[in-house]
Amino acid sequence: MGSWDVFIQQLLNGLTIGMIYALIALGYTIVYGVLQLINFAHGEIFMAGAYIGLAAAAAWILVSGTALTGGIALAGVLLFAMLGAAALGSLTERFAYRPLRQAPRLAPLITAIGVSFVLQNVVMLLCGPVDKRYPEILAARQYSFGLVSMTHYQIIILIVSVTLMLGLHLFIKKTRTGKAMRAMADDTQAASLMGIPVDRTVNLAFVMGSAMAGAGGVLFGLYYHTVNFHDGYLAGLKAFTAAVLGGIGNIPGAMLGGLLLGVAEGLGAGYLSSEWKNVFAFLVLIAVLLFRPQGILGTRVVKKV
Amino acid sequence: MRSRWERLILIAVVLVFPIMDRNAYHIDVLVTAGLFMILALGLNVIVGYAGILNLGYAALYAVGAYTYALLNLHAGFPFWPGLACAGVSAALFAMLLTLPALRLSGDYLAIVTLGAGEIVRIALNNFDSWTGGPNGLLGIAHPTLGWGDWTFNFGVKSAPYYFLILALLAILVFFLRRLSDSRLGRAWLALREDELAAVSMGINPMWAKCSAFAVGGFIAGLAGAIFAAKQGTVSPDSFDFIVSVMVLAMVVLGGLGNLWGALLGAFALSLLPELLRGFDVYRMLLFGLAMILMMLFRPQGILPEMRNVERRMRNINR
Repeated sequence: MGSWDVFIQQLLNGLTIGMIYALIALGYTIVYGVLQLINFAHGEIFMAGAYIGLAAAAAWILVSGTALTGGIALAGVLLFAMLGAAALGSLTERFAYRPLRQAPRLAPLITAIGVSFVLQNVVMLLCGPVDKRYPEILAARQYSFGLVSMTHYQIIILIVSVTLMLGLHLFIKKTRTGKAMRAMADDTQAASLMGIPVDRTVNLAFVMGSAMAGAGGVLFGLYYHTVNFHDGYLAGLKAFTAAVLGGIGNIPGAMLGGLLLGVAEGLGAGYLSSEWKNVFAFLVLIAVLLFRPQGILGTRVVKKV
Repeated sequence: MRSRWERLILIAVVLVFPIMDRNAYHIDVLVTAGLFMILALGLNVIVGYAGILNLGYAALYAVGAYTYALLNLHAGFPFWPGLACAGVSAALFAMLLTLPALRLSGDYLAIVTLGAGEIVRIALNNFDSWTGGPNGLLGIAHPTLGWGDWTFNFGVKSAPYYFLILALLAILVFFLRRLSDSRLGRAWLALREDELAAVSMGINPMWAKCSAFAVGGFIAGLAGAIFAAKQGTVSPDSFDFIVSVMVLAMVVLGGLGNLWGALLGAFALSLLPELLRGFDVYRMLLFGLAMILMMLFRPQGILPEMRNVERRMRNINR
C-alpha cells in the first residue's frame, strides 16, 4: 500500500470512531445548551446503553432460540438500547439534577459523580467485571473501494449515526418542541415566561441526548466486539472534549468536534504512535481553545453589564 | 467546635490516637484521609476561593510525587529539600496551566485542566526511560529526621506520617486562614463573585488566577511528595482522573470556600468507603448513593462558607 492509501484508511477509521464520539457528544451539548450543566454521568449512560443492547440480543436468543442476525435485528437492538438509555437519562435528571436546579453550580456535578458510581457498579454487579463479547449481529464482511477497504460495521456506523444526527437536527430545527429547547438555550427565564414547560423540556433534552448515547453504545460494542463497565469513562471524557471542541451548546459543533477528534486520533495513532493516541485528542483540544476559546462553531457570548 | 474546651479535647484525641490505637489498618486509613485533607485544602483555594473549576488536580499531585521521586533517585535529594522542590515544581506547573486562562473562562478553563491532567498521566505512562512507565519508580527514600548523631527514619509504618501530615495540616490551616483574609484572598473572592466588578476595582485577574493556581499547586505538590515518600514507589494509576474527581467532591461536599468544610469533606469521603467495607461488592454502589443523597440534602455542603458579615454578627451576638 502506498502512503496515500494508508492516509485514507486511517482517515476512515478515524471517521468511524469520530461518529460514535459525535453521537455521545450530542448529549453533552444538548443538556449544556438548556441547563449550562456538564452532565458527568453521560459517559456511563453510553456504557449502560451498550449493555442494554447486549441484554436485548441475549434475550432474543433466549426467546427465539436462534442467533440474532440481519438488519432488522440490528434495528431492534438499537431501538432497545436507545429506549433503555433514554429512560436512564430521564430518571437521572428527575432524581439527581432537578432537585438541585436552584443549588450552587457545582452541586449537580457531585450527584453526577454519584450517579456514575451507581451505574458502573450496577452494571458490574449484574454483568461481571470482565469484558463481555458483543454478538456478531451482522456477518463480518469487507468492502474494497479501490485501494482502501471498509468493514461492514464501519459502513453501518456511518449510516446509522448520520441518520440519527440528521433526525435530531431536524427535530430541533423544525418541531415546536425543538423550538422550545432552542428558546430555553437562549434564555431560560424568558422561555418559561412565554409558557414553555421548563421541566418537561429539560427532561426531554436528557431523554434525547441519552438515546443518542445508547445508540452510540451499541455501535461501539459492535465495532470493538467487546464492552466493559469501565468503557463509559474514557469515551465520555473524549465525547465531552469533542463537544467543547465544536463549541458546547452547539449541535452541529458537537458533530464536527466528534469527527475532528476521531480523525486526529486515527491519524495520530497511525502515523506517530498508538500509545500516545489519547494525548492527541487533548492536545488538539487545548490548541483549539487557545486560538478559539468559544470552540470551533460556538458563538462568543458578549457580557452585558 | 464552639467552646475552647471542645477544641482542646479534639486536639488531644487527634494527638494521642495513634498511641492509643495500635491497629495499623486504622492509622493507615487515617494517613490516606490526611493526604486527601491536604489535597482538599489546596483545591479549595482554586475552586472555593477563586471559583475556578479544576478537573485535573491529580496532575499537580502527580508532579509533586514524581518531582521528589526523580530528585531522590537521580540526585540523591533527601526528603525535606525534596518536599520543597515538589511544592515549587507543582506550583510552576499550575501557573503554566493558567496561561490559557487569560482568554478562557469558566467551564472552558475546567476542560483545559482536565486535558492537562490526562496528558500528564499518559505522559507518565509513556516516558518509560524517565518515569518507569506503568510500573512507576521504586525505592524512593523515606523521610529522616536527625539532630547530631541521632537520626530517625520514618520507615514503612504509618504512624510517623500521621504526625507529619498533622503538622503540615496545622501549618496549612494557619497560613490559609490568614491568606483568605489578606488582600490576595479578598481579590480571589471578589473575582469569584463577579469578575467584571472585580476587574473594574483594579484587581488583575490574570495575577489573581495565577496565584490561586500556584498556591493550590504548591499544596498538591507537598501532598505528592509525602505520598511518594510514604509508599516508596509511585506509579501513574495513583493519579487517575478519579482522584481529581474525588478531591473535588470532597471540597464541594464539605462546603466550597470553607477551610473546615474541605477538611471535613475529605475526612468523611475517605473514611466512608472503609466504613462500607462490610458490604463487600455493594460498597461502591452504596458510596455513590450516599454521595447523591448527601448532596440532595445539603446542596450547599456540610459546612457552607460563612460570609464575613455573618461571622461578625456571630461575634457580636456571643
